[in-house]
Amino acid sequence: MTEQVASKKEEEVLAELDSFAELPDAPPKRKFRLSWVGWVSVGVVVFWLVICVIGPSIAPFHEMDMDGDDSFLPAGQGEYGYFYLGTDYLSRDTLSRILFGARNTIGISLAATLLAYLMGITLGILAAVKGGWIDMGISRVNDAILALPTIMLGLIVIAALGSSIPILIGTAAVIYATSVFRIARALGQDIMVQDYVEAAATRGEGIWWIIRAEVLPNAAMPLATDFGLRLVFVVLFISSLSFLGLGVQPPASDWGSMVRENLQGLTYGSYAAIWPAVAIASFTIAINLIVDDISAKSGGSLAKKMV
Amino acid sequence: MNREKLFEVKDLRISATNDDGEEVPIVKGVSFDIHKGEVVALIGESGSGKTTISLATLAYTKPGLHFAGGECQLFGKDVLTMPPLAQRELRGGNVAYLAQSAAATFNPAITINEQVTEAAVLHGRLTQQEANERAIELYHALELPDADRIGHRYPHQVSGGQLQRLMAAMALCGKPDLMVLDEPTTALDVTTQIEVLKAFKKVIHEENSAAVYVTHDLAVVAQVADHIVVLYSGEIMEQGSADQIINHPSHAYTKRLMEAVRPKPEAGQGVELTHEHHRDIDNIEVKDMTAGYGGIVDGEPVIPILKDINVSVKNGHVVGVIGESGCGKSTLARVMAGMLPPARGDIILDGKKLEGDLHDRKLEELQKVQFVFQMADTALNPKQLIGNIIGRPLEFYHGLKGKEKHAKVAEILEMVELPAAFASRYPMELSGGQKQRINMARSLAANPEVMLCDEVTSALDSIVGANVIKLLTALRDKTGVSFVFISHDLSTVASFADEIVVLYAGRVVEQGPTDEVLEPPFHPYTRLLISSVPELRIGWLEDTMKKREMAVGIARGVEITARGCPFYNRCPLAIEGTCELKTPPTLELERGHQISCHLTLEQLQEAEAEAQKILLGYEKLGQEDPQVHVP
Repeated sequence: MTEQVASKKEEEVLAELDSFAELPDAPPKRKFRLSWVGWVSVGVVVFWLVICVIGPSIAPFHEMDMDGDDSFLPAGQGEYGYFYLGTDYLSRDTLSRILFGARNTIGISLAATLLAYLMGITLGILAAVKGGWIDMGISRVNDAILALPTIMLGLIVIAALGSSIPILIGTAAVIYATSVFRIARALGQDIMVQDYVEAAATRGEGIWWIIRAEVLPNAAMPLATDFGLRLVFVVLFISSLSFLGLGVQPPASDWGSMVRENLQGLTYGSYAAIWPAVAIASFTIAINLIVDDISAKSGGSLAKKMV
Repeated sequence: MNREKLFEVKDLRISATNDDGEEVPIVKGVSFDIHKGEVVALIGESGSGKTTISLATLAYTKPGLHFAGGECQLFGKDVLTMPPLAQRELRGGNVAYLAQSAAATFNPAITINEQVTEAAVLHGRLTQQEANERAIELYHALELPDADRIGHRYPHQVSGGQLQRLMAAMALCGKPDLMVLDEPTTALDVTTQIEVLKAFKKVIHEENSAAVYVTHDLAVVAQVADHIVVLYSGEIMEQGSADQIINHPSHAYTKRLMEAVRPKPEAGQGVELTHEHHRDIDNIEVKDMTAGYGGIVDGEPVIPILKDINVSVKNGHVVGVIGESGCGKSTLARVMAGMLPPARGDIILDGKKLEGDLHDRKLEELQKVQFVFQMADTALNPKQLIGNIIGRPLEFYHGLKGKEKHAKVAEILEMVELPAAFASRYPMELSGGQKQRINMARSLAANPEVMLCDEVTSALDSIVGANVIKLLTALRDKTGVSFVFISHDLSTVASFADEIVVLYAGRVVEQGPTDEVLEPPFHPYTRLLISSVPELRIGWLEDTMKKREMAVGIARGVEITARGCPFYNRCPLAIEGTCELKTPPTLELERGHQISCHLTLEQLQEAEAEAQKILLGYEKLGQEDPQVHVP
């Protein structure tokens, strides 16, 4: 038999077995890192968030300023100033309207998503932890809402209650809370059967401790990943409503309604409908890329399953 | 034996790439040969790279790993540099792989025969007709019941041990040159393991095929291997013939591995109690308890698990509960902890009756009875710091806060032999054995009277597990806590417990002080269990198979019967007309030793004497030295 010379001496191996500091199977600390695509996307999202705040103050015109009678001007010098992206069907500056509209589109979506999360997580975790009739009751109501087509539901609610920003936020929040509820409940149920939750229960811990200390910390990461996606859906939902004329009402600007208003411009070769569409696309795609990056990096098999 | 060289692993190196793009060597230059008709065992603890090396014979690495150098030659051709198509031909064709879990390997929706013959037909080594014939031949060779028709069944219609053997048939069907067996018996009960080992050994011998056997269990290796390679951290510590390694190990690591193998279960191994702890007061007691799942109808559970259980744990004692999987040993602990309210019967703590449901128990009662979960990986919240995990019971039960709590956490960490600095780590940053210590530390922090340990060493490597047992013994002596120690491993229980409870199909068949239970007279089931524990001795398997218990006991499955003795169908001494009909009476022997059996004490002793005679007969014939436990 060929005896091989191992790089480790016998004594070293034994010393390793006896020491606790560095066992071979102790895993390294996990680090959080994004790829360059992720960083670019973060840049895009941050850019739009900054625009939400300072947009109106850097815009060359007000969102409602009309520049003479000529609609769908191409980019260039106009009667009242320089239009970087041309004008829309009422000869308003497209760039200014996008800068103003960021506030509406992103603000409303963010508010609606946060509200949806608040409702969805609270009810979802409650259903998972309590189980039984409470779970049954909430889940069936949720299923019923989930079964309705989102746009139709939105149309009916807004047609009945009228279109205002609080109603828009509330409607979107309720509609999207249903899917958040599903995810939160599924996550909660997964975590509730873990031994560490059972260990807490056998210790005699109350429900509040179990939710706060055992369930939520473990559900936080996948829920955060989902938050990005959900925000995208809400942006698209608000834009679709606006496109149908039920969202943000004119003359206030909003990216979705800007696309609708300027659709006919396409036939004249105007880019007025394209730019807001590009704005929506850049924001939503960037968020998606960040979500992808996070779930790829941090073993987000769960996050991927949800997508 | 034909000693033609079949496979050669030359200076094999496998690396992983970590997040920083650095190369981390996993296998660091390993070389060994496999000859025709030879079983090479790769032995080592988790993280030693044994599975990684075995997969390299299929020119495969797990995702994230890559070959960094060296060669794996089959008939002198390097498989690692083969084109992908040739590698495909190799896998399942020339080299067959048997995974650890047969249950996970078989597709539940396809009949067994289709799956067994698939690879052989796919690789064009046999036609479907030939493959079917060969499969039936193999079923016979593997001693499967109803061999001609078992192939038409679905995987869930056969037992775990049978499925494991069917997986061997799957691997052997295409007559591979080399078989890779990855821990094929680790997840099995001892009584099942022995039947699988026997079948594997026979078939490998008959087919004259070569095999790589991956395991951490030296006692199993001693039964099957011709050549042993001892691995640690991706390097070979020692290699040589089975006889050389088992009987004359030279490397310190191998010796350490041998030490961790527990001696065969025998009387006189348990630690005698020190007198200050030896108070014969019942700490926790279970009386006439019946429990099960699926709700209760007419006072009986719909799915009964435990029936008429009487167990008492005396102050400062360690009670070992043993039995095969599914016998209800974990359920017993769960009932005691209040996780599963019993259908009937009482749980008594310090003379006071406990509520069945833990939600109805008082905080003080919860604090006194602590449950230690089997898997530390899932029992510790990954998002909590060790300091918080151990600190919570201190705060919750004893109201400790701030500095006081920190000091106590450090004290408890010291008790489980871990540095105090671990308080600021997350569970993920600890090794398996360390996590298990934290798991126990959390229960200790409650300052309990009884700790219910559910298979706490089962998922650990042998050396780590041995250290945990050492720790438990020390804790018992230091704190006077009583333990209920649940395990399927009789050797571990024998070396640690003061009393043993043997469960079979939800009933106590034998219980009493360790020294009494492990001495004859035995309950026939205890006898079967004791003789099934593999010994670290070459030739043990052959000796054992000659015993009568084996012939009867291993061929049948566990049946939970409503009446009669549950062990009836596997018992070599069963009395027809009595055992299957009447619930066995309890024989009361000295020192609280109880056996539930229809046979009288004299009959049991007679049977024991007869068994010894048979063994002595073998000895006289000079066939082997049985070394079986003889009183």
